[in-house]
Amino acid sequence: MTLSLRALLATTLLCAPATLSAAELNLYTSREPKLVEPLLAAFTAETGITVTTVFLKDGLAERVAAEGAASPADVLMAVDVGNMADLADKGLTQAIDSEAVLAAVPAALRDPANQWVALSMRARVVYAAKDLGLSAITYEDLADPKWAGKICIRSGQHPYNTGLFAAYLAHHGAEATETWLAGLKANLARKPGGGDRDGAKDILGGICDIAVANSYYVGLMRTNEKEPEQKAWGEAITVLLPTFKDGGTHVNISGAAIAKHAPHKAEAVQLLEYLTSEPAQKLYAEANFEYPVRAGAALAPIVASFGPLAVDPLPLTEVVKARKAASELVDKVGFEN
Amino acid sequence: MAAIDANLAPPPPRRQTRPLSGGGFAWVLASALVAALVIAPVLALIWQAAQGSTGLWSHLWAHVLAPALGQTALLLAGVGLVVTVLGTGLAWLVAAHDFPGRRWLDWALLLPLAVPSYIIAFVYLELSHPLGPLQEGLRAMLGYSSPREFRLPDIRSLAGAIFLLGLVLYPYVYLPVRAMFAMQAAGLLEAGRMLGCTRARLFTRLALPLARPAIAVGASLALMETLNDIGAAEFLGVRTLTVSIYATWVTRSDLPGAAQIALVMLVVVAGLVACERLARRQQRFAGGAQRIRPLEPVRLAGLAGWGALGLGLVPVALGFGAPLIWLLSEAGSRIASAGISAQLWAELRATLCLAGSATLAVLIGGMAVSFAARLVPGRLTETLGRLASLGYAMPGTVVALGVLVPTGALDRWIDRGTEAAFGQGTGLLLIGSGVALGYAYLVRFLAISVGGVESGLAQIPRALDHAARSLGHGPGASLRRLHLPLLRPALIAAALLVFVDTMKELSATLLLRPLGVETLATHLYGEAARGSYEDGAIAALAIVAAGIGPVIALSRIGRAKPGG
Repeated sequence: MTLSLRALLATTLLCAPATLSAAELNLYTSREPKLVEPLLAAFTAETGITVTTVFLKDGLAERVAAEGAASPADVLMAVDVGNMADLADKGLTQAIDSEAVLAAVPAALRDPANQWVALSMRARVVYAAKDLGLSAITYEDLADPKWAGKICIRSGQHPYNTGLFAAYLAHHGAEATETWLAGLKANLARKPGGGDRDGAKDILGGICDIAVANSYYVGLMRTNEKEPEQKAWGEAITVLLPTFKDGGTHVNISGAAIAKHAPHKAEAVQLLEYLTSEPAQKLYAEANFEYPVRAGAALAPIVASFGPLAVDPLPLTEVVKARKAASELVDKVGFEN
Repeated sequence: MAAIDANLAPPPPRRQTRPLSGGGFAWVLASALVAALVIAPVLALIWQAAQGSTGLWSHLWAHVLAPALGQTALLLAGVGLVVTVLGTGLAWLVAAHDFPGRRWLDWALLLPLAVPSYIIAFVYLELSHPLGPLQEGLRAMLGYSSPREFRLPDIRSLAGAIFLLGLVLYPYVYLPVRAMFAMQAAGLLEAGRMLGCTRARLFTRLALPLARPAIAVGASLALMETLNDIGAAEFLGVRTLTVSIYATWVTRSDLPGAAQIALVMLVVVAGLVACERLARRQQRFAGGAQRIRPLEPVRLAGLAGWGALGLGLVPVALGFGAPLIWLLSEAGSRIASAGISAQLWAELRATLCLAGSATLAVLIGGMAVSFAARLVPGRLTETLGRLASLGYAMPGTVVALGVLVPTGALDRWIDRGTEAAFGQGTGLLLIGSGVALGYAYLVRFLAISVGGVESGLAQIPRALDHAARSLGHGPGASLRRLHLPLLRPALIAAALLVFVDTMKELSATLLLRPLGVETLATHLYGEAARGSYEDGAIAALAIVAAGIGPVIALSRIGRAKPGG
C-alpha cells in the first residue's frame, strides 16, 4: 500500500495553499476575467488593495444566494442588464451610496434604487463583408428576404441576443417581433452558435455576408497581437451601427453591484469609484473598446470610426421587462433548431 | 469505463451463500451514508423544482420539448450507431486478426478517450473552418483562391456533433467488446471455427450476438456522456435538453423551472440505466465456467495486414492524432513566444490537487458501497449500490446546483454557530475550501469506483472470504489482508478513470470552485468563452496529456489475466 500512501502524500502537498495573501476584496464576476484583469491591476497599483476573483459563468446569483450572509463576495460584476437586474431582484445587492459613482454614471445607466451601475456600454451592431459596400442597415432589415442564407448570429438564447430581441419587442410588440424573428431565422447562413467573433471569422470564411455581434470585438480582433489571424477577421468587415426604424442603436451594459453582505464594503465602494473614474473609463474605452459610461470620456479610434452612436432612447428597464417574453419567442419560432 | 469491467463480470449469485454476520452492519451503514450523500442533491433539486409553478410546461410543451427531444434522440441514436459500429468493428479487427502493429494498435485505439468532447469540438471547429488548414489545403489543391468560390459544409450541425462525439466515445464500446471477443467468447468462437464457419459467418452468427450485452453496456455509457455533454453541444450548435435547461435557468431566471426539466431528464437517463441493467442481466449465459482461453487470431499477411493496420489507424488519427498535433503546434508557438505563465502552473496544481483528493474520496466511497454488498448480499445493499451510482447519469451542472443548496445552507449554519459560540465565524467552510466541489465530484463519479470495485470483488471467490473468516479474521482484517491486495488492479483502474474524469470536468467546477481557484478546464473554458484561445491550447494539451498515461495504464490492466 505504499503506492496509496505516496499518492496521499502527493495530494496533500499539492493542496497546501501556495500563499496566504490577505484577500482584501473579493470579486464574483460572470465577465471573462481577462477582460477585467487590466482594470483590476490598475486598481491594485493605485490603492494597494488586492483583488481575488472567481469567474462564474452561469449561476452567479445562485452561488451568492446559497452562500448568504457567510459569502465573501464584495463586488458582483456581470454583463447584460438583465443579469444585473436579476441580482438586485433577488436581494443580493445593496444600494451604492457613493456620490462619486452616482455622479459619474447617468441615471439611465443605473438601477432606479442604485442597486447596480453600468460600467461600460456595448452596441449590438452589424458586421458586413467589406466588399458588400453596405453603408447603413436597420434591425428591421435583418428579416428582409434579400438576406436569405447570408446572416450569422450566435445562440438566440444568449443574453446579448435576448437583450436585442427584447428591445425589438418593446418597440414593435409581440406579433411583429415574432414575424421578424421568423424572418431573421429564415435568413441564417448556419445554425445560431459560437461567439460574436465567429461572425467576423465566418464572413471572411465565406459562410455569411453579415453578422450580428457586439461592437467591442472589432477592436479586440483588429489589435490582437497574440493571435494575429484574428486581425484578418477584423479587417474583413465594416461595422454598421444599425438603428430601430423609430429609435436608435440597441445598447447593453456591463455592470457592477456591491454584494448585500459584503465583508469589505469600503473597499468595494473604492473599486466602483475607481471603475467609474476617468482613468478607468479611459481603459474601458482603449483596452476593451467599449463605450464608456462617464460623460466626456474619449472613445478608442477604432470605435470612433464606426460613426456617431445614437443610443436607442428606450429605457433599459423596458428591455429587462421584455426579456422573458423575448426568450420565449425565440423558442416559439424555433430559432435554434 | 471501470463500470464496463464491472458489467462484464457475471453478476454475483444472489442469496447463494449465507450472509456473513458480524461487522456487516457497520458496512451497510457506511454504504447507506454514501448513498444518502448522492441522493441529497437530487432531493435539493426536487425541493427547488417544487418552489416554482408548473406554468413553464405549457410553453415547453408547445415549443421546446418536441424539437429538443427530437434533437436529443437523433444525437443519441447517431452517437450510439457510430460508437457501436466503430467499437465492435475495431474490437473484431484487433481480437480476431493478427497483422503488423496489432499489439500497438490494441492500446492506441483507446487514446481518443483522453480527449474531452469539448476539446475535440473546439479543435475540429478550427481545423475544418473555411479558414482552417484543411479547407485551405483543399482550395490550394483545387485551384480556388477564396472560400466564397468553394467550401465544405459546416461542421456545426447535428451530423458534425455525432461524428465528433462518436470519435472520442467509441472506446467505451471497444474496450468491453474486445475483452469479450478475446476472453469470454473465445471458446465458442473456436468451436464455431472447427465446425467450419467462415470468418464472416463467425462474426455475424456468433461473435456479434455474444457481444451484444457488452455493446449495450459500452454504448449506454457513451450515451450518458453524450447526454451530459454541454461544451461540445454548445460549440456545435446542437440544442439538446441540457441546453434547454440552460435557457430556462439563465435567460429566463427560472431556476425552479430548470430544476423541473433536470428532473425530467433524470427520468430519461434512468431509462438508459435500466436498459444497461437489462443488458447486464441477459449476460449470464456469457460467463462461461470453462477455463478462459484467448482467441487464436487469424494472420493477415502482406497487403491485407497493412490494410488492417491502416483501417485501424483511422479512428486513432482522427480522434487523437489530429487534435494532439493541432494542440501541440498551437501550444508550441505560445510557449515559444511567451513561455508558460505562472498562472497556468498554479492552475495545474489546483487541478491535480482537486482531482487527487476527489479520487481518494470516490475510491473510499466506492469501497464502502461494494464491501457492504459483498458482506451482506441482498436487495438493500444492491439498491444502495444503484443509488450511489445515480450521479454518473446526472449532468455536471445539475449535480452542482443540487450540491450548492445544501452545502450553502450548511456553511451558513456553521458560520452562524461558530460566530455565536466563539465570536468569529468560519465563513464558507465547505464552499471556500473546495469541499463542496469535491462533494460534487463524488456524486458525479462514484459509479465508476463502485463498478470497478464490484467487478474486482466478483473475481474473488467467496470461498476465500469464508476461509478468512473461519481463520478468525473479522471483516476489517479480511478486507485489509485479503481483498485489498487482490483488488489492486481494479482499484488502480478505477482511480485512473476517476482522476481523468475529474480533470476533464467542467460544469460543476465552474459553479462550485472556491474564490481565486482556477483549474485547467475552467481556464480553457474562460478563454473559449471570449473567443480567444491564447493560453487555452496549453491548458487543453495538459488535460489531454494527463489523460494519456491513465489510458495506457488502463489498457495494460485490461490485458492482464483476470484472477480466479
